[in-house]
Amino acid sequence: MTASRLATGGSAIDRSRPIRFSFDGATVHGFAGDTIASALLAGDVAVVGRSFKYHRPRGIWGAGVEEPNALVDIGGPRATPNTRATTEPARDGLVAKSVNATPNALADRNAFLDRFSRFIPAAFYYKTFMWPDWHMFEPRIRAMAGLGKVDTDWTSPGTSDQINHHCDVLVVGAGPAGLAAARLAAGTGLSVILVDDQQRPGGSLGHRAGEIDGKPAAVWVEETVAALTAGGHLILPSTTAFGIYDHNLVGLNQRHSDGRPDTLWRVRPRHIVLATGAIERPLPFANNDLPGILSADAALAYLRRHAVLVGRRVVVATNNDSAYEVAQALAEAGADITLVDIRPDGMPATPAKVRLIKGRALAAANGRLRVEGVTLDDGTRLDADCVLVSGGWTPTLHLFGQARGKLAWSEARAAFLPGDPVDGIAVAGAAAGAVSLSEVFASSAKAVASLGQTKAAMPASTGPEATGGITAAWPIPGSKGRIWIDYQNDVTVKDVELAARENFVSVEHLKRYTTLGMATDQGKTSNLPGLALMAGITGRTVPEVGTTTYRPPFTPVPLASFAGARAGELMAPVRRLPLENVHRASGAVFQEYGGWLRPAHHGGGADADGTIQDEARRARQSVALFDGSTLGKIEVIGPKAAEFVDFIYYNTMSTLKPDRCRYGFMLSENGVVFDDGVLVRLDEHRFIVSCSSSHVAAVHARLEEWRQDRFGRDAVYIHNATSEMATLTVSGPNARKLLQALDLGLSLDDADLPHMAIGHGTYAGDEVRIARVSFTGDRSYEISIRADRAEPLWAHLRQAGQAFDVAVIGLEALMILRAEKGFIVIGKDTDGTTLPHDLGVEGPRGKRQTEFVGRRSLFTEEASRGDRLQLVGLTVPQGEAPLPTGAHGIRRSDGKLNSQGFVTSSYQSPTLGRPVALGLIERGAARHGEAIEIQHLGKLRTATIAAPCAFDPAGERLHA
Amino acid sequence: MTRRYSALSLFKEGLAGQTGWRPAWRSPEPKPTYDAIVIGGGGHGLATAYYLAKNHGIARVAVLEKGWIGGGNTGRNTTVVRSNYYYPESVELYGLAHRLYEGLSKDLNYNVMLSQRGMVNLCHSTAEMEIGARTVNAMQINGINAELFSPEDVRRVAPIYNFSADARFPVFGGIWQSRAGTARHDAVAWGYARAASRLGVDIIQNCEITDFIIEGGRCRGVQTTRGAIRADRIGMAVAGHSSVLAAKAGFRLPINSYALQACVSEPVKPILDTVVLSPGCGVYVSQSDKGEIVIGGGLDRIPSYAQRGNLPTLETVIAGLLEMFPIFGQLKLMRQWAGIVDVVPDSSPIIGESPLPNLFLNCGWGTGGFKAIPAGGTLLANLLATGKHNDISRPFDLDRFASGRLIDEAAGSGIAH
Amino acid sequence: MQLFPCPFCGPRDETEFHYGGDAGNARPDGTQVPIDRWANYLYLRTNPKGTTREIWVHMTCGEFFVMDRDTVTHKVLSSAALGGERAA
Repeated sequence: MTASRLATGGSAIDRSRPIRFSFDGATVHGFAGDTIASALLAGDVAVVGRSFKYHRPRGIWGAGVEEPNALVDIGGPRATPNTRATTEPARDGLVAKSVNATPNALADRNAFLDRFSRFIPAAFYYKTFMWPDWHMFEPRIRAMAGLGKVDTDWTSPGTSDQINHHCDVLVVGAGPAGLAAARLAAGTGLSVILVDDQQRPGGSLGHRAGEIDGKPAAVWVEETVAALTAGGHLILPSTTAFGIYDHNLVGLNQRHSDGRPDTLWRVRPRHIVLATGAIERPLPFANNDLPGILSADAALAYLRRHAVLVGRRVVVATNNDSAYEVAQALAEAGADITLVDIRPDGMPATPAKVRLIKGRALAAANGRLRVEGVTLDDGTRLDADCVLVSGGWTPTLHLFGQARGKLAWSEARAAFLPGDPVDGIAVAGAAAGAVSLSEVFASSAKAVASLGQTKAAMPASTGPEATGGITAAWPIPGSKGRIWIDYQNDVTVKDVELAARENFVSVEHLKRYTTLGMATDQGKTSNLPGLALMAGITGRTVPEVGTTTYRPPFTPVPLASFAGARAGELMAPVRRLPLENVHRASGAVFQEYGGWLRPAHHGGGADADGTIQDEARRARQSVALFDGSTLGKIEVIGPKAAEFVDFIYYNTMSTLKPDRCRYGFMLSENGVVFDDGVLVRLDEHRFIVSCSSSHVAAVHARLEEWRQDRFGRDAVYIHNATSEMATLTVSGPNARKLLQALDLGLSLDDADLPHMAIGHGTYAGDEVRIARVSFTGDRSYEISIRADRAEPLWAHLRQAGQAFDVAVIGLEALMILRAEKGFIVIGKDTDGTTLPHDLGVEGPRGKRQTEFVGRRSLFTEEASRGDRLQLVGLTVPQGEAPLPTGAHGIRRSDGKLNSQGFVTSSYQSPTLGRPVALGLIERGAARHGEAIEIQHLGKLRTATIAAPCAFDPAGERLHA
Repeated sequence: MTRRYSALSLFKEGLAGQTGWRPAWRSPEPKPTYDAIVIGGGGHGLATAYYLAKNHGIARVAVLEKGWIGGGNTGRNTTVVRSNYYYPESVELYGLAHRLYEGLSKDLNYNVMLSQRGMVNLCHSTAEMEIGARTVNAMQINGINAELFSPEDVRRVAPIYNFSADARFPVFGGIWQSRAGTARHDAVAWGYARAASRLGVDIIQNCEITDFIIEGGRCRGVQTTRGAIRADRIGMAVAGHSSVLAAKAGFRLPINSYALQACVSEPVKPILDTVVLSPGCGVYVSQSDKGEIVIGGGLDRIPSYAQRGNLPTLETVIAGLLEMFPIFGQLKLMRQWAGIVDVVPDSSPIIGESPLPNLFLNCGWGTGGFKAIPAGGTLLANLLATGKHNDISRPFDLDRFASGRLIDEAAGSGIAH
Repeated sequence: MQLFPCPFCGPRDETEFHYGGDAGNARPDGTQVPIDRWANYLYLRTNPKGTTREIWVHMTCGEFFVMDRDTVTHKVLSSAALGGERAA
């Protein structure tokens, strides 16, 4: 190949803007408007990469998305491996490197592998490397894997935008069919989005000749685009429709020329017109993978768009009419053209200055690193520096297939065409099998008509009226030499024959066994020749062999486009306290607990443990403040509210008096304890469900479900007030004294506000609700107030608390306090099998007469087993470290270890001066006082089973 | 005629143009009767047939596959093999599978490329580390190797993870199983098919069950698109389709069908040597021997039989992946797909006799069937041969839903509630 | 991305919905319910390949409703506000 840039021409390039970039370390010159591939061709760079398996030299094949060969790693800030050089715009200063080649594409040190190809055919790895062990071989094979390289210094250039859009008609492809369809649809008043993966609309009109409505095609394209734009329709060039998903949602990936990351569009059209064109196929002959062998249509595109003449002495081999225009154009541009047509007759007129050899096919290409000539099937040898091939056209029906469209085989076209229509989707142009412009426009009119729109007239064309005549030229079983089907993955005719020989005759087996069509081009040029060959080998027709499933994306899409802005907290939001900033200002150290960001402790620097111990000790000595705003507060209101809470809770709740509260469990229908908390009764028909911080949404959903499914909308109303209220907790021996320092407008006498009672007061004019419930075991007051008015109250409590040496405590200290008391945290001290009686709450199970959630499940065989895991305390001798949470109690029997349960919570208690722990232990309730072996990461300790409550078992401090 | 696979036979065939290989499995016409029928030519069904012949000497067996073997979930999963389970019952089951996998290539004379590169389940908080410790201790007590990893350990096996200070899901450590890894999924199906076929099993593709032959209240065979085929022991291993066949047999199962998506990036040179799972990001990921980054996540949200990928879940999964490995932001998605999985309330499989006598079940594997193939096959073969459970399959019988003795790994690890 | 018709809000993206189970799966009350009957209620599912009738909740408005749809084609056939279907 001696490719060169012509002195004039090139519709896509701007010769006033020269650019330079590097490829494999060498400088490449080009112009704005070049792709990397067109600039490389202009510089006569023949070898641009290496194939996956045999490291064969690879040259540019095509001029578009189907490219199997020309993949490059782009370096720099927008690094991305495996970029197709045929679609990537050349930019000044860009650094590109060939893939799978060391040190470069031309002199790849793994090229020797090709000499061993006979020993490593398709799927050879299933037959060897078993002795002594695959692990002996895998590292070396793994090191050979992959194409491009990940740049480990890469940092994200920013967030990909994601845009939702909708329209009446989405037209995919802005070639003649798509432009005509868009114009027709727009003309009937429909809103249109037109997308095309090339930088400029026009499709094949960018390099194929033709007149439309009496004007040159390029003018018609410009006018059509202008008309659509003026009509307010959206045209998106450089945008690939990569997938059709459920209910015809279409995914688009838009590339930007200004350095921005790509944009993902999710478009919901009422109708879709697929005008996705067709892809030229290679021809089968020996060494058909040599650099310098290109798609004929691509050569025409490089000539007309980029003014690149791909060779001087060119053989054009074809089995159809489309290559004649290519031969003519290249001959006119000065190349010496020999046209080899497989057909003996029925062809178009031979263009001027073109030598025609008819009724002949190529048998082989000659050359090593680039093509130097060809041998015809009659033995004739021709010199050539470039070979252009056209094996016919494969309609691009990937999106149609993704939408579950069935394909229908056309023997006349030697291609699959759209079969039965899919709801909301029409196919037009070459994708529907149209060849000439008049056929294309007719198909566009039909497509738009099928959307129920028939008013507009179709454009008239006077382009070359090619017939679409084709004589199929599929790979032939038993052919001599190595004939490539899949260029990137190195699948040859022999590999397909091997697959057939070994019974991998199903098309999906063929694909998986040989890796045919599984490369980054996903078989756009190789699938059909491969399955046609399989049909030939097995004596079936092509449709009997069938096609593989079309899977998104049509072309590879940046992962960053899918992720969009979902990173960090935008991916997984955390919930925040109303007083977060106040806590931060006073030195709180935050951690995430069950989705909430909460103070773990306050200050302490490196000695977090010491600080936590200090907070827990001081809380017992005088008084502690704690922000409990995360506590769920769900109101249940209505005439059947009492009946409702009885059904929801394991415990009977309807006997509760107004302004009193009661602790209880909620179960799942399988009997497992789902949540625990205090239910407040405000009046006869009004309750407040307090639930665990991390369970608010789930509890709310369950309440709604039972309300709607069992009680009815009018019987109960449910309102989640969690985020409306802040809850500030005052706990400790001096809690009442501290509260008395604030004027809350209610009596704090124990007679008026005893344990488990509710009081109503005001603070600075706002209502406050005070609940005497305790999660610490000390006298406690939970004060709930409007979230936006909580800050002055918190400040006031802290200020008044100075007189009592108030301790502001975080969640870690609270966990110690509650563990000392044996109070559980659902999901920590219980698991997904824990039933209420495992926690020692047996009463309702035995006594309740009314129905409640999960009731029947408490009487299964499993629920009645005697060896269930039960909640216990675990003690270790004074001076020993706390037991590790997650350690298991073990039993040995017959030399075998068995788990007897595990430690669920474990802390050093500063008040008791010894560790405290909770656990779920087999038969634990009946084993208080027994010793148990505890194993953690292979190490053994001994603990004693005890009652869960280790501190103030009589509960006197609640009233102290 | 070349039958045995080895480096030597490959070399000899290389000299002979690779023309001496024979079909990996035979494709005979179905016979009217067999000693046993296995419905489903995926990994579990083929393994069942193989072990029937190998362990029990029952080779008059037909595997009936409605499409092509290995075409369901066997060929659609993310190829992870592991046994990092919590409950003793699960450990027995998946431990058996794991051990069989370790000898499978030699047993089948087919390289299934078991790559024991290790797997780490990350822990993102103190609470998750506590559960991690609970799990590691349970595994060790149950005789399965496991380590509790520190953040430094995680950095050693996955240096490209997002260890930045502002990572949404910081690494507190992880659960490490060094024997875990991946295997080549198609090879498992083909290897079992080849080995079973050599032992005399008939593998019948394009043979769909249209009905069950029920006589005297017992299953006596099946009607198929290729005619009636009779046997007195029928096993079904039709993941993703179990409820449909159950309906034909006249019973219901505790199963919902959901799509599970997976996707791969374009192939790149090796960059990630282990399997990494982040519960926070909802993603597990490995790199195949071909170089593709293999990405899996959670189920789609909507019960479905459409083997079709969908955007919302894909976007969520990929966002999670990039949170784990920000440098993957330079990669491109090459292919996405979906398989239909049987989702059971306790996420454990169902193995045992069905409500229709003579019909035995192997279903309900959820997202984890691939790793269990050798065990699923061994156990269903045992049931078909003996009509009885062994100690490993007994806990997984359908009767556990009435007794309440569920085996819920998520419950054990504190996730599901 | 599927579009589901909430009877109260109109068509919305699938991500706003949560699957609630088979329609018509009535809850048996009481401790005397045979355990098989209770297990059937808790666990057994029709799970048809094709048309199905299900309970869904539109999470953004909180309303449960019944939807008929096809589990293979994903075509939505109808949706209606809940009127005691599960108990029926």
